[in-house]
Amino acid sequence: MLDAIFGRLTWDSIILVQAVEEPNINTLITASAAAMMPVGGVMIVALLTWMKWWKPLFEWLTSVDHKKIGTMYIIFAVIMLFRGVVEGMLMRANQAVGLNGGFLSSDHFNQLFTTHGTNMIFFVAMPFLFGLINIVVPLQIGARDVAFPRLNQISLGLTAAGGFLFMISLMVGEFSTGGWTGYPSFTGRLVNPGVGPDYYILAIAISGIGSTLTGVNFSVTIYKLRTAGMSFMRMPLFTWTALCTSILLIFAMPPLTACCAMLGLDRFLGFHFFTNDMGGNLMNFINLFWMFGHPEVYILVLPAFGVMSEIASTYSGKRLYGYTSIVAATMCIAVLSFTVWLHHFFTMGQSATVNAAFGVATMLIAIPTGVKIYDWLATLWGGRIRFTAPMIYLCGFFVLFTIGGLSGVILASPTLDYQLHNSQFLVAHFHNVIIPGVLFGILAGIHIWFPKIYGFRLMEGLSRITAFLWAIGFILAFMPLYQTGLMGMTRRTVAYEDPALVPWMIVSGVGSLILGLAFLSILVTILVSVLNRKKLMVPFGDPWDGRTLEWWTPAPTPEWNFAVLPKVECRDAFADAKEKGTAYQPIEKYDDIEMPSNTYYGFIIMIMASGLGFGLVWHMWWLAILSLLGAITTAITYAFLPQKHNVIPAAEVREIDEAWRRAAREGRGITRDDEGNQANQGLACPDNIK
Amino acid sequence: MIDPTTNLAIAESFLQPMGSVAADQLRHLKIVTLLTLIAVVPVMVSMPWILWRYRRSKPSGEYRPKWESNWTLECLMWGVPIVVVALIGVNLTIMTFRLDPYKELGKDPLQVQVIGLDWKWIFIYPDEGVALVDELVVPEGRAVELTLTTDTVMQSLQISAIVGQIYAMPAMTTKLNFLAVKQGESEGMNSQFTGNGFWKQKFQVYSVSKEGYAARMNKAKSSDLALTADTYAILAMQGTSEEAKKPLAIENRQGPIEMVLGDPKIFQRVLARYMVDEMTPESQPGSPFYDPKKSPLPPASDKPMMGMEM
Repeated sequence: MLDAIFGRLTWDSIILVQAVEEPNINTLITASAAAMMPVGGVMIVALLTWMKWWKPLFEWLTSVDHKKIGTMYIIFAVIMLFRGVVEGMLMRANQAVGLNGGFLSSDHFNQLFTTHGTNMIFFVAMPFLFGLINIVVPLQIGARDVAFPRLNQISLGLTAAGGFLFMISLMVGEFSTGGWTGYPSFTGRLVNPGVGPDYYILAIAISGIGSTLTGVNFSVTIYKLRTAGMSFMRMPLFTWTALCTSILLIFAMPPLTACCAMLGLDRFLGFHFFTNDMGGNLMNFINLFWMFGHPEVYILVLPAFGVMSEIASTYSGKRLYGYTSIVAATMCIAVLSFTVWLHHFFTMGQSATVNAAFGVATMLIAIPTGVKIYDWLATLWGGRIRFTAPMIYLCGFFVLFTIGGLSGVILASPTLDYQLHNSQFLVAHFHNVIIPGVLFGILAGIHIWFPKIYGFRLMEGLSRITAFLWAIGFILAFMPLYQTGLMGMTRRTVAYEDPALVPWMIVSGVGSLILGLAFLSILVTILVSVLNRKKLMVPFGDPWDGRTLEWWTPAPTPEWNFAVLPKVECRDAFADAKEKGTAYQPIEKYDDIEMPSNTYYGFIIMIMASGLGFGLVWHMWWLAILSLLGAITTAITYAFLPQKHNVIPAAEVREIDEAWRRAAREGRGITRDDEGNQANQGLACPDNIK
Repeated sequence: MIDPTTNLAIAESFLQPMGSVAADQLRHLKIVTLLTLIAVVPVMVSMPWILWRYRRSKPSGEYRPKWESNWTLECLMWGVPIVVVALIGVNLTIMTFRLDPYKELGKDPLQVQVIGLDWKWIFIYPDEGVALVDELVVPEGRAVELTLTTDTVMQSLQISAIVGQIYAMPAMTTKLNFLAVKQGESEGMNSQFTGNGFWKQKFQVYSVSKEGYAARMNKAKSSDLALTADTYAILAMQGTSEEAKKPLAIENRQGPIEMVLGDPKIFQRVLARYMVDEMTPESQPGSPFYDPKKSPLPPASDKPMMGMEM
């Protein structure tokens, strides 16, 4: 009876129980991490009750406003980033003392590198970018919301459900030890019969479905909801990259879902897709995984490139150089990203012809990527460069990402990959493209668009310190790994026997401490900025002398974004309007605005998906079946319910919008000299410089 | 174990190459790096200069807020990377064919069969009738061809100082050809994560003179241990080769396990295991429930194996 209810879940599966029964450094570390969740949960409940925030919380959770959904994605990502950074620091600390065995047990270390990788890709980088895309894209194309607001909420719900499964594995059971790539037959049911690989499969499959839906949603949004006059070649670069990413998501996520489902069938029902025996073939998993995995790299980095484009033109006060070139390069990268997946396993034994073809295809990507970097440099040429926090990220990106590109070209050679595959050189390479590429883009993006949504800037000085900490920490933590990789040190190794590696590992450990500080610095920046928000207010909404439509609204941006949808006659439409002095002209006619109303749809789907995943992992079949039926019933029910709308009367819109426009016309504005001062109220006046 | 008095030079990785392939790889690494620098250096040099010249506080160049395109510059921006990539691409293609691990590097290469296990390697010398665990001895100057499989999960055999790596997968064979051009000692390893003992899965590699090689083989031939289906089943249990000594009842012996080849078809029988019946947790080495008594190797199959040869 108990088996029917609890499946294979037993008292001993709970990590805290393990720590009591068998206290040692490994169980204590996991137990304290696991304990943070119930303790944190109680604290959050107490805080919500104390501050009477339950009602606002549910207004957020049921909201379909793209800005609120974007914010929730980013909060989720920051929480997961905390876990990811701590895991990274633990691993680096273990390596620093890892000569002949560090302080972590092998099993603990193996779970750490698996969770670190899975977490950073699926629950940090992707939610961060989805958050930014959610917040920025509708504003940049002059829309009031995304094409499918409820679907957007479901995507968030599925991502959160995946995150829930991933986090609960810290408290109940264990996570996979098979690395973020989860190759069978190591993750097959004969070798790893435990719950770890099941958690892994279900967490990424469920969140992966959410990501596919995000791709659909944003492709349609960008195709269909652009405001009058916004032709493709007038779209801001961030929107272009968001479009490419959305297309990549639609084509790249299904192979992941498929290979997870097939591995799941192997594990749950004894199929033989990837087993050693009965004609199964693990190479098929590896191929499918990387058919997702390689485009995924560009899913992550393209929006970051979009942010870099915005930084280069905004903070040097000039037009983007080579707009057409950059758009073409972005599209080239998007297409080529599907043609190179085999370079992740040059060493699997295929012929030299196949390897050479994929090696050359891989190098081709270096061409458009190089072009983009030159274009951004040319954008700075002839500008008036302001060394703000985003500009620091951009400069760090120029130097460090280029080094990452160099090591990428090295790894693209099959002959060299026979040496460097699976080595620390590889670890150094992908951190080198993901931190200075993706993360710098995300952090810079948050700094830029934060005031748009919340109405106040982040402290400039603190943001600059954060940027420097990330750059220095990255250099110290990962540059040594290039060297140790060349010296023959392999990845995923809990310990090593060569004393010559020790100094490099210690430098790397120090670097990871600085990365930890860099993470703290983000939190401090946000906290201090919230406390000083009165001084940092930018009610006019244009703190950086922006060029694109999103800056043409007050800050915080009202729910309906634009009182009247703007008409666009060129690229950088807002910069053009400011130049002509027509940006804040009064508008004759306002209409009622219809906005979709709040719904519990996504929230219910999140609960059901979490229940389904948890039930499957622990073989609680009743829970899995009930959750699945519940999810299907919910979807059908909502499909038949009439969609409700809130109508915001034209008079109310007029009152708010006219007040903003009048104040902006009468306001004095600031030049860029005062950008970082309290004087910056978000109203830019022409910058009289030579 | 090689006679310690031979005093072999130790090579750590392909930065001190002992094999012809590793030497070519090192040279290729340098060429690729230099060629790529053609595209990288302009960024590194121009960035600080542009930042300085156009800094808002004290600019020295003209402000051109509407400048957005220039055909000459555009041709350079696309042209230089295209030329660089074309050069590297040609070089890459030539090198990939030249260093193909399936290409034999001399007439009649020395055949060695390799079985990857958790967490050890068995090297079988069929011509010598010898099997060594976690030790690979090759004569300097003679081409060697490894034929690899595993009897657990996927592994990757890497001998950095001589040749690099190749995956080894259950039910399949892959090949790795190399030629040691110098005498010396190095360490090989498994680079594909395989669980708790993964980091200990290292083996000694020796490139020695013809005489040294013959002496080593003769010493192994005099071993009282034989590699048969029974001893193999014990070796297939999870653990390092040191840990396997106890169940083999040789725990007091120093140095790597050396055996005569009791069953010359053992490699084929390991491959055949996956062609016959459905594996169970008891019969799959690498599974926590693996039981050497319940996992007899089937006879070698006559059917062609699923190899990777093209």
